[in-house]
Amino acid sequence: MDILVIQVLNSIFYAAVLFLISAGLSLIYGVMRIVNLAHGTLYALGAYVSAWAVGAVFGASASGSGNWVLMGQLLLLPVGAFAIAAVGALIEPTLLRPLYRRPEEYVLLITFGLLMILEDVMKLLFGGTPLSAGSIMDSMGSIRIGPLLYPSYNLVVIGVGVMAAVGLWWFTYRTRFGVILRATSQDRRMASALGVNVGRVYVQAFAIGCFMAGLGGAVVVPAQAAVLGMGVDALILAFVVIVIGGLGSLEGALVGALIVSFVRTAGIQFFAEVELAVLYLIAAAVLLIRPTGLFGRA
Amino acid sequence: MPAGRTGPSLRRVLAGAVPIVIGLALLPRFVDLYQTELLIYGLTFAIAALGFNLLLGYTGLLSFGHSAYFGVGAYTVAFIVRDLHVQSMELCILGGLLGTLVISALFGYVCVRHTRIFFGILTLALSQVLWSLAFKFFWVTGGTDGIRVPRGNITLLAGLVDFKGAGAYQKFVYSYYYYVLVLFAIATAVMWVIVHSPFGKALQAIRDNETRASFVGIRVRRYRWIAFVISGSFAGLAGALWVPLNGLTTPEILYWPFSGEIVFMTVLGGFRTFTGPIVGAIAFNYLKVYAVASSQYWQMVLGVVLVVLVMVLPTGIVGTLARLAGKLRRD
Repeated sequence: MDILVIQVLNSIFYAAVLFLISAGLSLIYGVMRIVNLAHGTLYALGAYVSAWAVGAVFGASASGSGNWVLMGQLLLLPVGAFAIAAVGALIEPTLLRPLYRRPEEYVLLITFGLLMILEDVMKLLFGGTPLSAGSIMDSMGSIRIGPLLYPSYNLVVIGVGVMAAVGLWWFTYRTRFGVILRATSQDRRMASALGVNVGRVYVQAFAIGCFMAGLGGAVVVPAQAAVLGMGVDALILAFVVIVIGGLGSLEGALVGALIVSFVRTAGIQFFAEVELAVLYLIAAAVLLIRPTGLFGRA
Repeated sequence: MPAGRTGPSLRRVLAGAVPIVIGLALLPRFVDLYQTELLIYGLTFAIAALGFNLLLGYTGLLSFGHSAYFGVGAYTVAFIVRDLHVQSMELCILGGLLGTLVISALFGYVCVRHTRIFFGILTLALSQVLWSLAFKFFWVTGGTDGIRVPRGNITLLAGLVDFKGAGAYQKFVYSYYYYVLVLFAIATAVMWVIVHSPFGKALQAIRDNETRASFVGIRVRRYRWIAFVISGSFAGLAGALWVPLNGLTTPEILYWPFSGEIVFMTVLGGFRTFTGPIVGAIAFNYLKVYAVASSQYWQMVLGVVLVVLVMVLPTGIVGTLARLAGKLRRD
């Protein structure tokens, strides 16, 4: 029973991280119709930047040195997210904007080139050794669930995931910018004709999407160290999530992330060999039966 | 000869192709062993890119999962050599082709139900199924260690040429070069016939306007499926030829970044032309090998090349050269 609780918590923790990444990917697709292959790498870059920032300010092993240090470390984590948002705001006008008039294959290829570049930028900046902010996780200790212990930090991540979901929902459905965003996503030319500065909306949407990827990396790095190649793996899972949920749908990203995480947790427990294959097959099946996903619109 | 009236005449094609094939055949006399080996890699990738371009350039479908068919070809050969102890390369190729035929027929049947980005994601998802199986079922596939296919276990031309004893490596490179060159020439000729046949014209019609194509009676989905199977089989042949050369097959060649590399090759050469993918694959192979040798940040080099290519030279090497040649002729 306790193990079940822990497994459920693990799934939700994993879903929170996956939701952050996929919501960004989905938002970018929804507004701009761009499949950003570099998205996973941006998530990895966010993880590196956050771990680096925490390490640079507090030293690598500042665990157990009081609440103030922990507070400072936690406040430093979002640095990765903001850095990635800035990278996104730089990429869109320089690399993507010139290509909107060309077939979509070219944009896809640019993001693939970007993936290759960013993978090596990480290697260049942070070296080949994994970078961790594990001291945060250590100094936050753990809570007791029956006879078992569960790291408190994971609960923080779940909290961030819930907050991000609520925040994004509020942002898209309850603010003026959200209305503009949705209008642009539905009909770009009409929005433009009505006086919306589409170019600016695109930069903002891309930067927000990147911010979400960076945030995913930032919250995950105290729990698991940033390593080279983590982005390439994450991208495919995020793809599975938004395919299941529906490309461009926020609710879809949430439900998709939950489905993928629970299937994955169950998979690791019961059918470890085909755990990943099952996920990809689910994605393929959803695409076949309902190409718009569970929540997508036609 | 089913070449359409719009294509160049057979004589002109042969006038262009024969000197190139002769040049390639004489090349090992002038370059060293290593260069020859690199060229074999380039030629195998060229077969894969040629197949890939039947979908992208001629049918208008961007597959992001062609690593699957390359990988199936490679793994089938590895299984045949390891488990069935077959030595003849010809049987291995047949097996590899059969394996990819089955998989690409199956995957293609599913994938051609969609176009555009959905098609791309479907091909990607299905290729990842194979990757995760190769990755996880280590007692069958060796996991990340992969399967070794030693040169000594392979014979060419039904046992006429084997690679045992002293000087086996040199002998292998030189004979395998001609072996691959012949198969490459055959594959290119077959592809040429396909794209200039009525079937190829129908594919181009589908690419340019799906609705009108179906109005003139083309069974769009059926044609796309056949194109998919041919395309996959070319990639499978390339994979089968690649294994003995590499000596090892690992899940890397099933992983999606390798699909990206196949797309890269094709765009590098230019996907609007027949010869583009060939030039692109050979050029990409050199580019990658030299980037890896000269810098640990080779991925960045490749990435920058890709970005610059897409931004500045979207028609690729062949397209750009053709435009320059056209300009010179007019002046």
